[in-house]
Amino acid sequence: MVMQPASTELAARTAAVISEMKNLEGPLIPILHGVQEEFGYVPQESLPIIAEALNISRAEVHGVFTFYHDFRHNPAGRHVLKVCQAEACQSMGSDAIAAQIKQTLGIGFHETSKDGAVTLEPIYCLGLCACAPAAMLDGEVIGRLDADKIEEIAEEVRK
Amino acid sequence: MGLVHEIDFGTPASKSEKQVTLTVDGFEVTVPEGTSIMRASMDAGIEIPKLCATDMVDAFGSCRLCLVEIEGRNGTPSSCTTPVAPGMVVHTQTGRLKDIRKGVMELYISDHPLDCLTCAANGDCELQDMAGAVGLRDVRYGYEGDNHVRAKNDGAENFKWMAKDESNPYFTYDPSKCIVCSRCVRACEEVQGTFALTIEGRGFDSRVSPGAHELFLDSECVSCGACVQACPTATLTEKSVIEIGQPEHSVVTTCAYCGVGCSFKAEMRGEELVRMVPWKDGKANRGHSCVKGRFAYGYATHKERILNPMIREKISDPWREVSWEEAIEYTNKEFRRIQYQYGRGAVGGITSSRCTNEETYLVQKLIRQGFRNNNVDTCARVCHSPTGYGLGQTYGTSAGTQDFDSVEQTDVALIIGANPASAHPVFASRLKKRIRAGAKLIVIDPRRTEMVKSAHIQAEHHLALKPGTNVAVVTAMAHVIVTEGLFNEAFIRERCDWSEFQDYIEFVSDPRHSPEEVEKLSGVPAETIRGAARLYATGGNGAIYYGLGVTEHSQGSTTVIGIANLAMLTGNIGRPGVGVNPLRGQNNVQGSCDMGSFPHELPGYRHVSGDAVRDIYDSLWGVKLDEEPGLRIPNMLDAAVDGTFKGIYIQGEDILQSDPDTKHVSAGLAAMECVVVQDLFLNETANYAHVFLPGSTFLEKDGTFTNAERRINRVRKVMTPKNGYADWEVTQLLAQAMGLNWNYKHPSEIMDEIAKTTPSFALVSYDRLEKMGSVQWPCNEKAPEGTPIMHIDGFVRGKGKFIRTEYVATDEKTGPRFPLLLTTGRILSQYNVGAQTRRTENVAWHAEDLLEIHPHDAENRGLRDGDWVRLKSRAGETTLRAQVTDRVSPGVVYTTFHHPDTQANVITTDFSDWATNCPEYKVTAVQVSPSNGPSDWQKEYNEQAQQSRRIAGHLEAAE
Repeated sequence: MVMQPASTELAARTAAVISEMKNLEGPLIPILHGVQEEFGYVPQESLPIIAEALNISRAEVHGVFTFYHDFRHNPAGRHVLKVCQAEACQSMGSDAIAAQIKQTLGIGFHETSKDGAVTLEPIYCLGLCACAPAAMLDGEVIGRLDADKIEEIAEEVRK
Repeated sequence: MGLVHEIDFGTPASKSEKQVTLTVDGFEVTVPEGTSIMRASMDAGIEIPKLCATDMVDAFGSCRLCLVEIEGRNGTPSSCTTPVAPGMVVHTQTGRLKDIRKGVMELYISDHPLDCLTCAANGDCELQDMAGAVGLRDVRYGYEGDNHVRAKNDGAENFKWMAKDESNPYFTYDPSKCIVCSRCVRACEEVQGTFALTIEGRGFDSRVSPGAHELFLDSECVSCGACVQACPTATLTEKSVIEIGQPEHSVVTTCAYCGVGCSFKAEMRGEELVRMVPWKDGKANRGHSCVKGRFAYGYATHKERILNPMIREKISDPWREVSWEEAIEYTNKEFRRIQYQYGRGAVGGITSSRCTNEETYLVQKLIRQGFRNNNVDTCARVCHSPTGYGLGQTYGTSAGTQDFDSVEQTDVALIIGANPASAHPVFASRLKKRIRAGAKLIVIDPRRTEMVKSAHIQAEHHLALKPGTNVAVVTAMAHVIVTEGLFNEAFIRERCDWSEFQDYIEFVSDPRHSPEEVEKLSGVPAETIRGAARLYATGGNGAIYYGLGVTEHSQGSTTVIGIANLAMLTGNIGRPGVGVNPLRGQNNVQGSCDMGSFPHELPGYRHVSGDAVRDIYDSLWGVKLDEEPGLRIPNMLDAAVDGTFKGIYIQGEDILQSDPDTKHVSAGLAAMECVVVQDLFLNETANYAHVFLPGSTFLEKDGTFTNAERRINRVRKVMTPKNGYADWEVTQLLAQAMGLNWNYKHPSEIMDEIAKTTPSFALVSYDRLEKMGSVQWPCNEKAPEGTPIMHIDGFVRGKGKFIRTEYVATDEKTGPRFPLLLTTGRILSQYNVGAQTRRTENVAWHAEDLLEIHPHDAENRGLRDGDWVRLKSRAGETTLRAQVTDRVSPGVVYTTFHHPDTQANVITTDFSDWATNCPEYKVTAVQVSPSNGPSDWQKEYNEQAQQSRRIAGHLEAAE
């Protein structure tokens, strides 16, 4: 289980990320990415700190943060598996693939396994339609998913 | 009658001078370049269906209802985001467009409740109107499936549904009725400038979210009402509309809170006020409002309002309700007796800057014509009297030089001792809008106010000076401008007295006025002063806005003169975007000053010693006016304590709470034999009164208020006075009892008398106000349309006068016993002594006065946030709760004065401005220490207040 950082530590680490990127043009999204990289998710407590630093309102930060599904509200598992559910992959059987993955890992979409090993998420197009059905594990894309590859993925995340 | 309907053009007006002609549905229409097709069509009377567009915010193009077809162009562009072009031929209704619109409406309605008949917006719903306009007859998609409408879907919890947010005391947020048009979000950003709202999520998950998915009351929302006004559905609705229903007629009137003077439509059901809606044509507010004007009118019908006249022989007696005749006769007899017994000068009066010009004029007339002396003063004594003196001396007139529209052309705004975000919120919104568009901001204030830093606002320079050092800092800025050669020589040579300027440069160039020297006493870094001076002098149109942080000092008048010098030095006077603008605190403080409320001045700021001026009144009123100036408020109180001043008529002012050194005020009042208070409530001053005459609210009378930009706005009666008489009628009754021949049938006749006798009002009449909406004085033969900007070709006094501004430290100094400096101010939701706002739901935001203290000072004293503390000065002590914050600097503490339980003025001293006696509220040396509860004085005071509010025959005291 990923432990939540203490509030003073959280503030300091958030501030460090902010100071690194504050001078970029349009710094909010890069900062949110940076905070997610720092903590593995974007802690709710970081948002007012970002708002204060950029001199914008809490509402504005909240609006941007909730618009992008890639910004996490909670810590993810050690591995993140994203399975494409867009049209091309669907036509190549991604529904069945997704069902199989869910069964193998014992979790549904937007869930993390109890041991914290893996988080499963749907994604809508990885630009890998030629190799459908596709997925992405920890940022690395995997094409032509089949039963064997699902087993490999399962072994990888359970290591 | 009926409702005042305002046309919604859909998008804001274009300011371009170039005209463009196009054809819409066969009609030719000519509009300024940059106008949207939607607005151009509306100009021609063709209403294109729309939902996400409204003319208070910029076009957004999200609702897809306002699509049009343009000959020679592909597709169906949205008319709100497409600008007009010469020769364009637009069709707003074609078969294709009708199909698209109907389809869009079907989608909206498939996720919207169908409870129109019982909906609060029934009759005032744009969604309903548009369903009608596009001819929606059925919804192909049905109402099943995913929705935001029902709490449960087939018995299962519907997580998309959100409960109604009723946390704000004045309006509700019902997400189930929201069509996510973003109008509220954009109104909050563009109009109010608070950025409290956003759209969270995306796609079907999109919801309006106050703050970060908070309740409205917990969010950054300041309850200005702009979102409620913008909402096209019942999603954001006034609670009063939910309770009462839709209004049937409306009357345009003027808000009775601050000096911005916003125009509102009072929307009525019979004599019941349903809601106040800001009026788009109001020239001060341009359709915007704040929480006070928009919502805080509940005091008008509050149960504590006194509706019957009352008298008592001694202030220890309970009040006795009597008829109007008896109360008036009693007052007349007492005043006559006192004058017979103690002399003509033993009585006087105080006019109200809460009442109308006409009422104020009558009170001073009663005193001058009836009492036959000049013992008249007004609450401006304790706020902007130094403005009158300082601007009078330097420019020749006692008022702000600009209109509020001028801010739209300002490049550098210099705010001194004012926090418009709290005290003049609608002006603050207009200023913030200008700052977001690129103007720069300099703030001189001991506190880090909202204008120094808030969402999208960041002052270029914040001069966080030690309270009491205004003169030194302003003079140091002038030093920089002069010694660095940044002054506007051409302007000074042409418009000001050159030899006085020579004298002034000699004074100001002295190294003791340099920022480096001034840093030592003001605590402001020299570089910050230099930076601010350079920016103001060279940044383009520089406009100064200042408040009571300038005037309420022992050197208040000197600072005003220093400010006037700065504007003259840099040539920032006499055109749009510049000027010197005192932000007047009360709705009619400008008017009450104009109307001759001062003991030395007749209406129009003409000194009582002038024979020609007195002759005008002598012949009209048939009496010989006293040529000696009368007593100021503090002099009246001193004289009362000395036993030579015995009777006072106070209309609409609570001097016990608002004037300095409360103990001295109460001693003065207690020494009088007849104190007459005319007010809505048994205010603190009424604890010492012998006669109470119930007052009327601004909703119950006709008249005019004059705002901070000298704008004379009409106040219109929307309901019968609950107390029986408008305030001007009460004063007239008193005058008639004294044997004066007054027969005004309507306030317009009083205005006619004012116009006849006062040159700067010569052409003001109710007819003209009806035609023009409002007018800014001077309004006479030379300026029949009024004067938005003053001193255009030359100063009113002739040549602008530079005056030396020597800094003299106040006698109120910190020392071992009183090491901290207390300064006072206001908060957004409360108004002055709080007599009105404390009797509204505004207490949800500010239920008590708090003492702001810096963490260092708090830690030294072992204080934590929320602790009870004792606040003690040389004058007295009180207790209140502490708020630990770094908004104040170390060594400075701050509080508000909205609550009589705290009585911050027990603490303030009787030091005052050297020229005008304006009290030094903004600097008091104090000590702060932990406390267990109310001070002895607070307990005694409360007991006395309760005793003195007893009314015979009533079971409970009034408060």
